[in-house]
Amino acid sequence: MDVSRFEKLSETAWRIAPFGDMRVPAIVYATEDLITEMDDKVFDQVTNVAKLPGIVRASYAMPDAHWGYGFPIGGVAAFDADEGGVVSAGGVGFDVSCGVRTHLTHLTREQVVSVQQELADALFEHVPAGVGSQGEIALDEQGMNAMLLGGAQWAIERGFGRPEDLDRIEERGCASGADPAAVSEHARKRQRREMGTLGSGNHYLEVQEVAEIFDDKIAAAYGLVKGACVVTIHCGSRGLGHQIGTEYLREMLLSAPNYGIELPDRELACAPIKSEVGQKYLCAMRAAINCALANREIIGHLARQVFARFFAQEDLPLMFDVSHNTCKVERHAVDGETRQLFVHRKGATRAFGPGHESLPEALRPYGQPVLIGGSMGAGSYVLAGVKTSEPQAFSSACHGAGRRMSRHAATRTWGGRQVVDELRAQGIIVKSPSLRGVAEEAPGAYKDVRAVVDSAEAAGLARKVAFLKPLICVKG
Amino acid sequence: MAAAGDQVATGRCEHFPHDADIGVRGYGATPDEACEQAALAMMAAILDPATVRLEQTVDFALEAPSLDLLLVDWLNALIYEMAERRMVFGAFHVKIENDRLKGRALGEAVSRTRHAPAVEVKGATYTELAFVEDRPGLWRAQCVIDV
Repeated sequence: MDVSRFEKLSETAWRIAPFGDMRVPAIVYATEDLITEMDDKVFDQVTNVAKLPGIVRASYAMPDAHWGYGFPIGGVAAFDADEGGVVSAGGVGFDVSCGVRTHLTHLTREQVVSVQQELADALFEHVPAGVGSQGEIALDEQGMNAMLLGGAQWAIERGFGRPEDLDRIEERGCASGADPAAVSEHARKRQRREMGTLGSGNHYLEVQEVAEIFDDKIAAAYGLVKGACVVTIHCGSRGLGHQIGTEYLREMLLSAPNYGIELPDRELACAPIKSEVGQKYLCAMRAAINCALANREIIGHLARQVFARFFAQEDLPLMFDVSHNTCKVERHAVDGETRQLFVHRKGATRAFGPGHESLPEALRPYGQPVLIGGSMGAGSYVLAGVKTSEPQAFSSACHGAGRRMSRHAATRTWGGRQVVDELRAQGIIVKSPSLRGVAEEAPGAYKDVRAVVDSAEAAGLARKVAFLKPLICVKG
Repeated sequence: MAAAGDQVATGRCEHFPHDADIGVRGYGATPDEACEQAALAMMAAILDPATVRLEQTVDFALEAPSLDLLLVDWLNALIYEMAERRMVFGAFHVKIENDRLKGRALGEAVSRTRHAPAVEVKGATYTELAFVEDRPGLWRAQCVIDV
């Protein structure tokens, strides 16, 4: 994007003044270099979001923003139901509640490296990944409804996880307001055999070394120790969420004229929060959030089973589980007044600062863990929510490195075997059923994750806590 | 598969770039053929369609208020059936009349070893959606698919 189209607020905050039908300004948090690297479509998308009814304060884009569909990936927008605000299926996306969780271990890098190949093989064998994989759990109608209502709590009741995990999951592992009746038969069928599956694309399970600590106090509170290893899982609501996104996007697109909504982009399909379609979508989306929370809890359980074979004493306590494709009801201060808002984060992570009431007691003084998935080679980051993120972007931060190259271009640039071999030479074992899938996810296809998190920190969205370097990467 | 920028001919399909996902595009002498080719482009994002044995058929009957929405519905119906039946497809037949589509997809059960599918398609989007006659006898059907 051309930075001359922006008003520079700071080195990492750039404003687009309202023009045309924009109701509020758009603000992009990134350095000039990152903005220059972004596709012009990000400009179009972040300004289109600013045209939606009931949007509050601004349409935001995080430092990892890239061209999405409807919203940019890395987009944040909040809507007020009392001011005609909307909920947008396009603002949440197809992979509802896609997110990241990190489990802690007491293992050193050396301990993991001593069994690295065997551990990678066992994780790849035990955690279903990739197209055509199936989970061990088959859900009947009653089980499906219980899962859609209970989320990770349901998984734990079924023996897939531990009760103490709930303290470390947003909303204690269960989104309230879900209604299984709002979830179609097609969505249910698509999920029947997909519980506990990783999926494909950019989803992964990684064993990572805590390679660097930036904030000793917060790292200690999170349980992160330099040189120790962690297990990080990135996936979402699988087929159920995809089908809900598909169906409600279409329904919202066709019903928008009935509500007098002129869509600047069909992918921004939305409905008033106070409408039948809007309410039905919220009920279905929350059921999909529960599906994602249950799915990640089950995969965490599968990872624990594998680690127990190699290291009997390791119980992989959960550090935190956070979603980055959601619409959540939150209370935020706007112009000195606390308002209830429907905050859409599409490829953006909630990042509550220290003291927030929703955080578990042990984490409350330090801020919410914000888990940033990088590429297979460049590594990942753990950040902490900060109070300044509230006024900046409704307590939001980035969610990953963000792609800088299309999948098509990536496969023309790298071969899957080449990527696997190059990463192995760096001490990273990649396991995937598809070499082409590996090529599409080549580290070079992503932006510099360090630049992204440095931008997020400089912009006051989150604070850097630790850098995680992969040792094993299981890809779908 | 044609690479983007190749000379356009009917009965061809290609991918076009999108930052996070994949654009699929089919060309045809008729809307039917363009729709078939768009489906092939989507399959080619997942695997090599030539590796798919045409052993089973799945039939579709769809209706939408406009031609371009019909394209999205067609691709989403294929995505659903692939997920639900654990199938992959390698050939398609489409007949469109008055915003109604009758289609048939031919394929087989997915084999992780033989097909080595690269990605799972989550849904067809309205992004870069077009289903138009670029010139007489050349129809283009395209959109971005989320993977």
